[in-house]
Amino acid sequence: MSTLILAEHEGGALRPATLNVVAAATQIGNDVTLLVAGSGSDAVAQAASSLAGVTKVLHADDAAYENELAENLADLVMTIANDYEHILFAATASGKNVMPRVAAMLDVPGISDITEVQSADTFVRPIYAGNAMATVKSSDARKVITVRTTSFEAGAETGGSASVETLAATAASEKVSFIGQELSQSDRPELTSARVVVSGGRGMQDGENFKMLDEIAEKLNAAVGASRAAVDAGFVPNEYQVGQTGKVVAPDLYIAVGISGAIQHLAGMKDSKVIAAINKDEEAPIFQVADYGLVADLFDALPELSKGLDG
Amino acid sequence: MKVLVAVKRVLDYNVKARVKADKSGIELANVKMSMNPFDEIAVEEALRIKEAGNAEEVIAVSIGPSQSQETIRTALAMGADRGILIETEEELQPLVIAKLLKHVVEKESPGLVIVGKQAIDDDSNQTGQMLSAMTGWAQATFASKVEFEGDALKVTREVDSGLESIKVAMPAVITTDLRLNEPRYAKLPNIMKAKKKPLETIPVADTGVTTTTGLSVVEVNEPEQRQAGVIVSDVSELVDKLKNEAKVI
Repeated sequence: MSTLILAEHEGGALRPATLNVVAAATQIGNDVTLLVAGSGSDAVAQAASSLAGVTKVLHADDAAYENELAENLADLVMTIANDYEHILFAATASGKNVMPRVAAMLDVPGISDITEVQSADTFVRPIYAGNAMATVKSSDARKVITVRTTSFEAGAETGGSASVETLAATAASEKVSFIGQELSQSDRPELTSARVVVSGGRGMQDGENFKMLDEIAEKLNAAVGASRAAVDAGFVPNEYQVGQTGKVVAPDLYIAVGISGAIQHLAGMKDSKVIAAINKDEEAPIFQVADYGLVADLFDALPELSKGLDG
Repeated sequence: MKVLVAVKRVLDYNVKARVKADKSGIELANVKMSMNPFDEIAVEEALRIKEAGNAEEVIAVSIGPSQSQETIRTALAMGADRGILIETEEELQPLVIAKLLKHVVEKESPGLVIVGKQAIDDDSNQTGQMLSAMTGWAQATFASKVEFEGDALKVTREVDSGLESIKVAMPAVITTDLRLNEPRYAKLPNIMKAKKKPLETIPVADTGVTTTTGLSVVEVNEPEQRQAGVIVSDVSELVDKLKNEAKVI
């Protein structure tokens, strides 16, 4: 049996998350088929065919798949689902949107956000914001899964030479249509794939003060993130949110500024390689996970840090 | 139109989850339980839809042990009109929950089902999408804004790179994200009134839905603990450590 992965792409290129899912599939051990669904997506299918570890690319090109509508993607996956034992998605907003539909239509439980492949039927996934790790075992013929991308090191973009086969498109759902999007404009690297992340919490006091983090992020080629508290307070939009209910990141360096370190936030960043924290409260729980802690008023520390990075 | 909201009783979000000594799960005896925060947002949205004149009745459904009645009462105190509890002592997976909600949907014929995008206990993020697939209703997940446009809805969704908006036909299933609204607190007189609102209990066996699946929990473990590092004295020491010790900048 083989493994099917629904590839994610935008702007004519695969999203990095797909490379992490390929890595998870490789650990499962069977042949890997990548499904590329899009509109005008020939270049993506070509790129997919050269990924290391991918044996086949199925390519469905139709306007129905232009905007990643869950109904249309799930219907397409269902046309081939019975050929696969494992069906994998990235645990992104898009993958989480589609995976449970496929699982429901196959009448099997979905397995969300796996962080470890123990065997072809046994996986580890975080529960309770990562305060516990559940080992789960599936006896179903089909295993429908989302993969936590930060837990699997990205596979290589080259080295493969998979065949590309055309897959017939399914009809677009009449119940849902795409209207538009407002994507955040930023020259900064994407939060989940950035090498360095600088995040602010409630201690930032307002959205204007996030400019201080932007300045530091600029110097470190870092992405800017935020705690849920900062998002709830309206300082920054939701796509900045790192944590249980936001994004999960694992950069080489995570700098937490004015973040107390609630368990919900730690759930999204505690796998970072190095964590630095700046907080004026020396009792803040963030210091219990930080490699380097600085007890200081962030309004004094940030300008100094910005200057220090010039030197 | 009726609006159905699903509410789950979970470990309160301020309580740290502790793994049971026998690794069978999380210790839930004698700890504070509350309504899943995303479900509070779902209840609030349903109430606002009713208050705007777009719905006549808000029904709160919970699936769980008899104590889940408290969770339903919370929804009733916020303003929901009546409650339905599908009672079970088993911990059910999203696939089964979605089937049970479908059972209620078939009985009640709501125009809209609103559920939280995920429960903060199992963090699955599946139930709404599964219910949508099972009912064939339109799906609008991670909603940050819901607007009525004739007999359709415009839903603004939180996606990884910002916001997108979609138009969905009704009936539909919506899952809530954080910024959809700020849930109200139940006022004391309403808490008293909620005790008199109808709450129907249905034993899970009466639904005819099979509650077991092919997925089982082998064991639950503590995560690897990260060790605290050092406290540095000033910014220049921090920069020095990051550059020369951790070598990450």
